[in-house]
Amino acid sequence: MKKFSVKTIVAIGIGAALFFVLGRFVAIPSPVPNTNISIQYGLLAFMTVLFGPIAGMLIGFIGHALIDFSFGWGVWWSWVITSGVFGILFGIATKKLRLADGSFGKKDILTFIIAGVICHVICWGAVAPVLDIVIYAEPIEKLFAQGLVSAIANSVTTAIVGTLLCVAYAAAKPKAGSLKEEE
Amino acid sequence: MINIFNYIDRPSPIHRLTGATKLICVLLWSFAAMLTYDTRFLAVMPVLSVLLFGVSKIKLKDVSFMLGFTAAFMVLNNVMVFVFSPQHGMDIYGTQHILFGSGRYALTSEQLFYHLNLLLKYLSMIPIVLLFICTTNPSEFAASLNRIGVKYSIAYSVALALRYIPDIQREYHDISQAQQARGIEMSKKESLSKRLKSASAILIPLILSSMDRIETISNAMELRGFGKNKKRTWYMGRRFSRADILCMVFCALLLGISLLLNYLNGSRFFNPFI
Repeated sequence: MKKFSVKTIVAIGIGAALFFVLGRFVAIPSPVPNTNISIQYGLLAFMTVLFGPIAGMLIGFIGHALIDFSFGWGVWWSWVITSGVFGILFGIATKKLRLADGSFGKKDILTFIIAGVICHVICWGAVAPVLDIVIYAEPIEKLFAQGLVSAIANSVTTAIVGTLLCVAYAAAKPKAGSLKEEE
Repeated sequence: MINIFNYIDRPSPIHRLTGATKLICVLLWSFAAMLTYDTRFLAVMPVLSVLLFGVSKIKLKDVSFMLGFTAAFMVLNNVMVFVFSPQHGMDIYGTQHILFGSGRYALTSEQLFYHLNLLLKYLSMIPIVLLFICTTNPSEFAASLNRIGVKYSIAYSVALALRYIPDIQREYHDISQAQQARGIEMSKKESLSKRLKSASAILIPLILSSMDRIETISNAMELRGFGKNKKRTWYMGRRFSRADILCMVFCALLLGISLLLNYLNGSRFFNPFI
């Protein structure tokens, strides 16, 4: 494995802390258990685009594990792992975006949203239920209902919150090559 | 620091164990409980964890808040399972003894037995995690991660997250109050989409300032030569004592028994119906 830069390590720590605060204190519960309308996935997507898939995986994994620990159940490892998987997949899918240089145009927004929807459907519609079946042997119908609700909710929050964050970040960042040498 | 992880400092044998021991024990214990559905085994585990709670001097009222969450969660999960697959027990145990009712939602003893197992499974995993949270100092937690073989850069990320959660929480609160003073409505009076919009008015300053924070912290760490050596020591790291090793052996035995039972039963389920 490639050695992390210090900045990535710090980004993982702060990202996980942000993920925790948003997930723990700003959550809106949905009718299906273990399923919140969670705006932290917008943040996760944004951080993943900035710092890459490995950072995304660790932010998702650590942040989600801390949330579970603080609620006191701390045992739904299948869902914690899935948050990590989302980080990796989304990081790979959005590798081409150059948000760190301050560019985030209309085409990038589209890539961001579509990648988010696809990754969430894969993660919550397939990865999480399969892990649940392997680990907990719970009935399939219930797991896919949970998965579907979270996939939809997370895709929506990722698309709205994530895009807002990226646009705001790109606007605050000076563009690469925006300085010109005077004649 | 605001005590979100509910660490309770009391002198007890469990508090004296090193963080690494407790982490390893919790992992082994959860795996043992996760891997089997043997009712006899799952019935013993909650009893053991209650005993451990007694040893740790953590009282019921210390964890009542968290227990409330978990209880609600357990009930909901059981209801969901029944609503979506009322015949799951029959699929597992292969027989059908109808107690009353008919059709898809007929109550069978197999289904009830499956729910009992599910409940026992939660009860064998949740108390031990609670115990871990209540008796492990968060600062020691990061050191123990490194001890069980997680790379220290990642363990340090966890330490950073734990360190900055209170700061970020405070900042979120400050920004939220400032924005509310400027007329943003966050309460239930607004529609959901309006509230989402106001949430982003808080989120954007929070994230942008966190980006600056990342810059500052990583510069400070780089100046101190972080990441130069292959290893590092931890202020909160401790050596294993004999009690530590005994606990780990005990939990490893539990996992062994769980695996053995799966092998003897021929599947993950203990079937009293044949």
